[in-house]
Amino acid sequence: MNPRTLIIGIGSGLLAIPAVGFLIQGLSQLDSAIFFAWDFYAEVVVKGLLQGVMYALVALGFVLIFKASSIFNFAQGAMVLFAALAMVGFMEWGVHWILAFLLAGVVMVLVAFLIEKVVLRPMVNQPHIILFMATIGIFFVLDGVGQTIWGSNVKALDIGISRQPIVAFQGSLLPNGMFLDPTELVAAVVGALMVALLAVLFQYTKVGRALRAVADDHQAALSVGIPLKTIWAIVWSVAGIVALVAGVMWGSSLGVQFSLSLIALKALPVLILGGFTSIPGAIIGGLIVGAGEQVGEVFLGPLVGGAIQDWFAYMLAMLFLLFRPQGLFGEKIIERV
Amino acid sequence: MNQTAPSEMAEKDPKAPPERSFGEPMLTVDNISLSFGGVKALTNISFNILEHEIRAIIGPNGAGKTSMLNVINGFYHPQEGTITYKGNVRRAMRPHMAAAQGIARTFQNVALFKGMSTLDNIMTGRLLKMHNVRAPETGVWGLDHVLSFGAGALDFVTQCLYWGPNEKEEIRQRTYCEEIIDFLEIQDIRKTPVGRLPYGLQKRVELARALAMEPELLLLDEPMAGMNVEEKEDMSRFVLDVNDEFGMTIALIEHDMGVVMDISDRVVVLDYGRKLADGTPDEVRSDQGVIDAYLGVAH
Amino acid sequence: MFYREAGQFKASYAADQAILPIRQDKVGVLLLFAFALVIVPFIAPLYWLNSILIPFLIFSLAALGLNILTGYCGQLSLGTGGFMACGAFFSYKLTIAFPEVNIIVVFLLAGLGTAMVGVLFGLPSLRIKGFYLAVATLAAQFFLIWMFNKFGWWTNYSPSGVISAPPREVFGNVTVTGSSAPPEYKYIFLLLLVSFLALLAKNMVRSRVGRSWMAIRDMDIAAEIIGIRPMLAKLSAFAVSSFMIGISGALWAFTYTGSVEALAFDINRSFEVLFMIIIGGLGSIMGSFMGAAFIVLLPILLDNLPALLGIPLSIEMVSHLRLVIFGGLIIFFLIVEPHGLARLWQIGKEKLRLWPFPY
Repeated sequence: MNPRTLIIGIGSGLLAIPAVGFLIQGLSQLDSAIFFAWDFYAEVVVKGLLQGVMYALVALGFVLIFKASSIFNFAQGAMVLFAALAMVGFMEWGVHWILAFLLAGVVMVLVAFLIEKVVLRPMVNQPHIILFMATIGIFFVLDGVGQTIWGSNVKALDIGISRQPIVAFQGSLLPNGMFLDPTELVAAVVGALMVALLAVLFQYTKVGRALRAVADDHQAALSVGIPLKTIWAIVWSVAGIVALVAGVMWGSSLGVQFSLSLIALKALPVLILGGFTSIPGAIIGGLIVGAGEQVGEVFLGPLVGGAIQDWFAYMLAMLFLLFRPQGLFGEKIIERV
Repeated sequence: MNQTAPSEMAEKDPKAPPERSFGEPMLTVDNISLSFGGVKALTNISFNILEHEIRAIIGPNGAGKTSMLNVINGFYHPQEGTITYKGNVRRAMRPHMAAAQGIARTFQNVALFKGMSTLDNIMTGRLLKMHNVRAPETGVWGLDHVLSFGAGALDFVTQCLYWGPNEKEEIRQRTYCEEIIDFLEIQDIRKTPVGRLPYGLQKRVELARALAMEPELLLLDEPMAGMNVEEKEDMSRFVLDVNDEFGMTIALIEHDMGVVMDISDRVVVLDYGRKLADGTPDEVRSDQGVIDAYLGVAH
Repeated sequence: MFYREAGQFKASYAADQAILPIRQDKVGVLLLFAFALVIVPFIAPLYWLNSILIPFLIFSLAALGLNILTGYCGQLSLGTGGFMACGAFFSYKLTIAFPEVNIIVVFLLAGLGTAMVGVLFGLPSLRIKGFYLAVATLAAQFFLIWMFNKFGWWTNYSPSGVISAPPREVFGNVTVTGSSAPPEYKYIFLLLLVSFLALLAKNMVRSRVGRSWMAIRDMDIAAEIIGIRPMLAKLSAFAVSSFMIGISGALWAFTYTGSVEALAFDINRSFEVLFMIIIGGLGSIMGSFMGAAFIVLLPILLDNLPALLGIPLSIEMVSHLRLVIFGGLIIFFLIVEPHGLARLWQIGKEKLRLWPFPY
């Protein structure tokens, strides 16, 4: 992605937010069910953006695995849950949270190796839908094993982030300022760090180049001597650690519970928008979905009775697909005959 | 021997090829230019294909030969130029329009339906010719649309019920396809899923599927790629037979110079998206530009 | 030795193209059908009828529908639950509004309605392929369930939000729907209806329409050159598929659970039916039935296994373990035979041809 695209992207994003604001303001003049005020809107947008970062953290794991093995890993959500459960499990034994984090990371690496050996290796040349179904199988196994070992109660995950909302942006435009959730702020910082790290990994390291080669063509990669099995184990381990980070953030925010694994379903529209193979795309897609969902739910939801966040993100993604099937930053699908 | 009477000459030279007669130009491309982004695939290409002739398109790899066929077929839409097919001038073709108008095509990397058997693949070629229920043509614009929609719906119902007009039609088309299978000598693989066939046989099945469309213009993209001498002779024989018996006009892309010189009536040479030469095999063979481009060493 | 085709020559194309060309197959299937129709209703225990055979038949129909779309036409769809809900709710509204209309007609009309919804949500398939299309169908799934849950009009503003399917009769006084209907009647009704629709499906699949679907699945670019219109082929697949899935949803509500609720048709249902066709075999009519049987029987087996083995486990533990074993079985199955039970069955028949000789 060249700097010019980045600037255009950020620029249009910054323009889009006030543009949508004006649109909703106009709608609110027409329909009294819609309530609009600029400071309220700003707060909703920021909340949505932060929520979007949380989605993006999960989506990153998907992108990693898809980029390196063209597999859509439905089990990513279960990996998030499993990782979080492992960490909380260690913390319940009295381990300090940093050590628990590292131990949970080790657990996820072990899980990755196991998955590679038991599931991926025997299914090397299968068509993608079969591999996708296999990851659904992994989802169930991880879910069941996690619940067997650690039970299915909601657990609190406390890594010392304050629960007090921070008041920010107090000024003339926003006299009362905006309430921001510290957990989500930390998540944003963490997310940015991870994206930077992963981008460096993929672009500038030998391992990253091997990962990209494997994603492109397994057989060609094998024929130049790239050890396929090791690469897959590495990718799934990295995805596992990404899942752990996502699990920590979500767990701090919501508590560690079963529904975490269903976050995978929320990550899908993010991937559509961002493109399945783009790491920065996952973040941008997450921001768009998060903000879009919040704005939609708060301002347009009352028109139709609420709870539209169930499907709003998907509709958004689908409409997007009609105009740009490969997502914002995904690779264009060229079919040659 | 200097002067011999024509009749004696005919007797003395029984191996002389029979006179071939061609009709009007069936397809004419005029000043076709095609580019992808910054890459110019074709620049100002003009040539024609006469009815009943076998036209070869040759050139080094990357010359734009497949792109040319894709333009004729309707996969690519040229930025400039026109295509005139059977008298109709067009800026671009569309694939299913091309199919409906009698253009059939084979591909470099065999484009068969790998999940289906040989027979099923050939039967799909008959799709445009199969109708269980025919709508009468009244010539009245709105009424025709309604009638054809109704006929389509009724057609679908007969397919669901299978026995009756649908079965009769299936058997009729099967009989036609079996003739093609006999012609191309692929009887013993008719029920085999094509994914399991060796490459040479797959190419033959693809030709069979193209023939099933009863085309007037047949576009063959490297029909003999990857074949040994025997298979090439078989395929050449098929191509010649198709042209002879069915009068089909054929355009083929081919790398084997022996084949090209032997079976084609006229040749177009492309290089880097431009036309280098256009004429009979002998004319092209002796063209200096072509020789410089790539006909250096004998095959 | 017993399963030989020797001596069975086909003298006409019609015989060659028959659904069951091998005589043993034809006899076997007809006998099985007769057994299922005439004998089973009388000898099967109530539990089997209610909890195994009836859901099996309903799921087989849903699997058939999804197989047409995903297995034969190659369009991955995760909206099965939503379409089943369409069929159920359309049937409910229609039969409450017009109680005198025969319930079979109601089901067929509901199916047609679902087909139209299916075509609407299938429009994106003209631009989008593969996993991306699956996401579009998920949009359909979530939106439809939300719509049926949100708007009380669908449940006739029932206070509890759950409505029971009314009892309806066919052929005079044979009650086949609603919780009061005797299971034997329901079973026979389902058997006949599902078999009929399966026959229609088989006919479609071996005719022109089926071939155009398979051509789109295998290589939609090449299909265009033959003259196939991708739009027509894909949308017809969506229409036929949604028709069958819609009817299966209506049957689910009317003849199995006896109540019409959107919750029964959530995303888990979509995955369940997808599992059925993957395990049963993509692109196979028989595979749809086999996959449905597998998915219906498996939980029952898993629930009873600890008791059979004499291992005492808490109910919670059993449900957790069930997840693990289910996931493990899916993975195992996909490794061993990715083409499903139908392929295993074919391989079995090949071996049977030679039995008792090894090769």
